[in-house]
Amino acid sequence: MGYFAGFAITARQIWRKDSRVTREYSGGREAHGKKGDAHDVKADKPERLHGRHVLNRYEDGMEKCIGCELCAGVCPARCIYVRGADNDPDNPTSPGERFGYVYEINYLRCIHCDLCVEACPTEAITETKMFEFSFLNRKDAIYTKAELVVDDAGLPQHLPWEDWRPGEDQHTSAWMRATSPGGDADFVGEVGWSGELGYGVRQPEEKA
Amino acid sequence: MIFALDPLLGGDIDVSVVLVVLLKVVVAFVFLLVATMLMVWFERKVISRMQNRVGPNKAGPWGLLQTLADGTKFFFKEDLVPERADRFVFKLAPYLSLIPAFLVFTVIPIGGDFADGDGTISIFGHRTLLQLADPPVGILLVLAMSSIAVYGIMLAGWASGSKYPLLGSVRASAQMISYEAALGLSILTVVLVTGTLQTTGFVAAQTGLANWNIVATGILPFFVFVVAATAELNRPPFDLVEAEQELVGGFNTEYASIRFALFFLAEFMNTITMSALIVTLFLGGPQAPFGFLRNLPGPQWAWGIVWFFAKLFIFLFMYVWFRATLPRLRYDQLMNLGWKLLIPISLAWLMLLASLRVAQDQGWNRLIVVVIDMVVFLVCAALFTAALRVSSRNRQAEGSAY
Repeated sequence: MGYFAGFAITARQIWRKDSRVTREYSGGREAHGKKGDAHDVKADKPERLHGRHVLNRYEDGMEKCIGCELCAGVCPARCIYVRGADNDPDNPTSPGERFGYVYEINYLRCIHCDLCVEACPTEAITETKMFEFSFLNRKDAIYTKAELVVDDAGLPQHLPWEDWRPGEDQHTSAWMRATSPGGDADFVGEVGWSGELGYGVRQPEEKA
Repeated sequence: MIFALDPLLGGDIDVSVVLVVLLKVVVAFVFLLVATMLMVWFERKVISRMQNRVGPNKAGPWGLLQTLADGTKFFFKEDLVPERADRFVFKLAPYLSLIPAFLVFTVIPIGGDFADGDGTISIFGHRTLLQLADPPVGILLVLAMSSIAVYGIMLAGWASGSKYPLLGSVRASAQMISYEAALGLSILTVVLVTGTLQTTGFVAAQTGLANWNIVATGILPFFVFVVAATAELNRPPFDLVEAEQELVGGFNTEYASIRFALFFLAEFMNTITMSALIVTLFLGGPQAPFGFLRNLPGPQWAWGIVWFFAKLFIFLFMYVWFRATLPRLRYDQLMNLGWKLLIPISLAWLMLLASLRVAQDQGWNRLIVVVIDMVVFLVCAALFTAALRVSSRNRQAEGSAY
């Protein structure tokens, strides 16, 4: 065939459906006209996807954030704003001296690089697997501490403009990072993280 | 008289004649716009399947209305004119490339029964051709219009007041002018064989597959024409005009909004009109390919439309196929192909056909004429290659890369 082999290749592709790799985000034409949620299906997400942040709490309800501002310092997009304050000795917000008094993340700037999660000394800030949040104004785009902190069951809060699906608010704590396969092999199967509200101390991932 | 050959305009011109002409104008206009819309969709859909993608599939059934959605969006985009642009020329340029694209299509017969009739149909009691105009100089009008389209691109680049568009437009005009020579020479072979400049004349002369011009001119001008037309259209693999890697976006870099859309529209419209021209010149236009297909049920002029579009579709697909398959040529390869291969070959072929016709008229022995032609061509080719070699040696002595 020589010079013309290329034409045969492109022509052959027209009728080959099996080689098509596109996965249609919202179900595509197959879902068109079907009833129910068929057109509203999301693709599966990896377990360790970087989504919207969450501020964790200990089992006793105390906040993990100590207001050290390391996350704000490491943030390449400069989207985190933190101000620490001294704890009230009688009614502390977090164990220890200081707590995060102001904690804001601007999601118009955040690139979900997870460097803040790496930097955090107390596993306070971690990420969920939810990235589909379409706020309609700039005010909503800036998440305050009240919105980021987990609720009393230890689950991320579901804000009105966020599209949560089952599983996206599971395994959002430092557990998922600490048991990541990229970690030191000597520590696989060891508990290397603190306890959290609603779950206690999570067990390590099964060895593969 | 430029319109005299359409029977509609031969007699008295009254209101109904004007109305028929207006109707034809509207139909041609709407048809070309809709065809362009579908062509854009078709190209995107086919090329995405060739590249293992899905293509547009959200707007309308099978994404058919995607182009309409894109066009609507273009209308609402900000209409930007660069500060250093020549404002009047900048605004004029898109129309200079769009209007010739329309005008070329007006001389293409898209239907009609040329086998048993003269290609005319009857509308409101008037006999008329299925084309907007049928000037005696039809094919010259086509060449003139495709030359004017170069101005649209050249002025767009020049008026942008920016360097990449200027480079893109210089490339475009150089490319289009060089390939127009090969294009014209292969059209000339058709003119030679059919003995007319009129588009209806071309169609009427090609009654069946055996005397379609693709056969009558000896297939070579057809290939030269297809290659030259691809280059003339600035379509891949000759799309150096919009070589993104080198020129950002090409001559239309500074254009936004509906002005950009007009260039885009003109490009696809040219693809359709040029394919229609290939069909008219070489494949018999609305003529049926075989004699026995002339007696199909239904009006024969309507079957003419069917044949025309079936042939047109082949070439539209071919252009998409080219785009999906062939990588872009380098600029010197493009110029070499045009000047050193296509023009000499089509010139030689034209001389061969012309001498054969003279031999026929004068009753000379054709074999001897062909042999003499071959000798002349070989001498010319030898001189040509010698000249190329000398000039390339001289350039190398001066330290040039090529």
